[in-house]
Amino acid sequence: MAKIIVMTSGKGGVGKTTSSAAFSTGLALRGFRTCVVDFDVGLRNLDLIMGCERRVVFDFINVINGEAKLNQALIKDKRLENLFILPTSQTRDKDALTKEGVERVMEELKADFDYILCDSPAGIERGALMALYFADHAIVVTNPEVSSVRDSDRILGVLQAKSRRAELGLDPVQEHLLLTRYDAERVERGDMLNVKDVQEILSIPLLGVIPESPAVLKASNVGQPVTLDDKSNAGQAYRDAVGRFLGEDIEHKFLKPEKKGLLDRILRRSA
Amino acid sequence: MTGAAQPRALPFQLRGNTYTMMVLKLIDPGHPEFDDMLRTKIMQAPNFFRYAPIVIDLEEIADTEFDFNGLRARLYDLALVPVGVQGGAPEMQMVALRAGLTVIPAARTPQPMNVARAKPEAAPAAAEPTPAAAPVPAPEPEPRGATLIVTEPVRSGRQIYAPRGDLIVMAPVSQGAELVADGNIHVYSTLRGRALAGVAGDTQARIFVQSLDAELVSVAGFYRISEDIEPALRRKPVQVWLDGNVIRMDPLG
Repeated sequence: MAKIIVMTSGKGGVGKTTSSAAFSTGLALRGFRTCVVDFDVGLRNLDLIMGCERRVVFDFINVINGEAKLNQALIKDKRLENLFILPTSQTRDKDALTKEGVERVMEELKADFDYILCDSPAGIERGALMALYFADHAIVVTNPEVSSVRDSDRILGVLQAKSRRAELGLDPVQEHLLLTRYDAERVERGDMLNVKDVQEILSIPLLGVIPESPAVLKASNVGQPVTLDDKSNAGQAYRDAVGRFLGEDIEHKFLKPEKKGLLDRILRRSA
Repeated sequence: MTGAAQPRALPFQLRGNTYTMMVLKLIDPGHPEFDDMLRTKIMQAPNFFRYAPIVIDLEEIADTEFDFNGLRARLYDLALVPVGVQGGAPEMQMVALRAGLTVIPAARTPQPMNVARAKPEAAPAAAEPTPAAAPVPAPEPEPRGATLIVTEPVRSGRQIYAPRGDLIVMAPVSQGAELVADGNIHVYSTLRGRALAGVAGDTQARIFVQSLDAELVSVAGFYRISEDIEPALRRKPVQVWLDGNVIRMDPLG
């Protein structure tokens, strides 16, 4: 049975799209047929992060409006056999997302995929509501910072009240916390909230902690999800998060600052 | 608003409420030092009396010709706000009515008082609970509603209201969430949002919290904001109650 996952946060700029790209890539790497859908109508970015921006012909909204078939809009990833991207429209706005239209596309995707990952826009308005409405799982992307935590809390409330599962009285949407841009050194200095603080406030299970890493920005700019970067710790953290999502018991890494050798420090300082 | 917020279609709410007010009983309003003596009395607790609603008791006044409006003006000068009169001759009561004050049936007995209703236009500070506007510790008996029990975390932006009853929450209450009850509020977890107990005026309502980190706590309209909560009580089990017109917060256990 296909599962719908929403990548959401309430707040903007915390790493939803980056995480959507990385997580869907991670699921595909594990052999699952995965489709990642961009719900940020009018602010299309997922195609860039996935590196398929030059191959967009039709989009999600075209499919909703019946102007194109789903197969025409889906873009097959060049690196991974099992990974597909459904880009959104850059010229329309969130009102183009009708509940009936989104439902029809979701049903069609469910017939063909194992996982459908919905990349939510920021906010708690139509775009975000449509992205989370059909979800079975919600990955709440949070930065270790008070405003992000509060907005995540708000979106969790919305999930509990306005998702399809909530409205129909089904089992609630399964919530997962993904803490991104975690800088263990700054946490140690007390400049950032630590994992425990965030988890205590949000009280949902921790899926993963993604360390702040230059590899993430680089990955975005070259359009290659960071999950594919074997050398970066962020890539490793996303792969671990995917493993935990699939039920594996994996220890959380990167919670402590890396120990630097003397040579390392000298080199870093002179660099 | 999401969740259990009670929809309120009307742009206003009309309901009864009870207040205690100071009664100024006039014995000899013509006394040459009347104002000075009253001012001395007030200066003992200036904050308590500032803009306090005052009921003028005319019972002892036999002289129906006395300068009522002059007295009113003098009370305003002392930052007292006359809202009504009780007792006295009908002529004097008419003068008071014409001056915009209400006539309150005098309550002579010390038993359950027939308490005055504050007139909003006469109480400029009525929006905020003034120190003197302490609600009476005997609200009108209303049928009690069922206790509302919440077991899920109460997320930011959510408001939960327990009409006429108690509200029990067994999960964390986030910043930006609001618990409202006509009765008591219990939180068997961390309270980081707001909790308002006795919102219909029940001054006996209390708030019990396992770990207090609230933005605001309120009983019967009296409130204390986060900044004014003693650091020693933070993240501790605490009960919040109303002592006269002061919010008290005591450690539990």
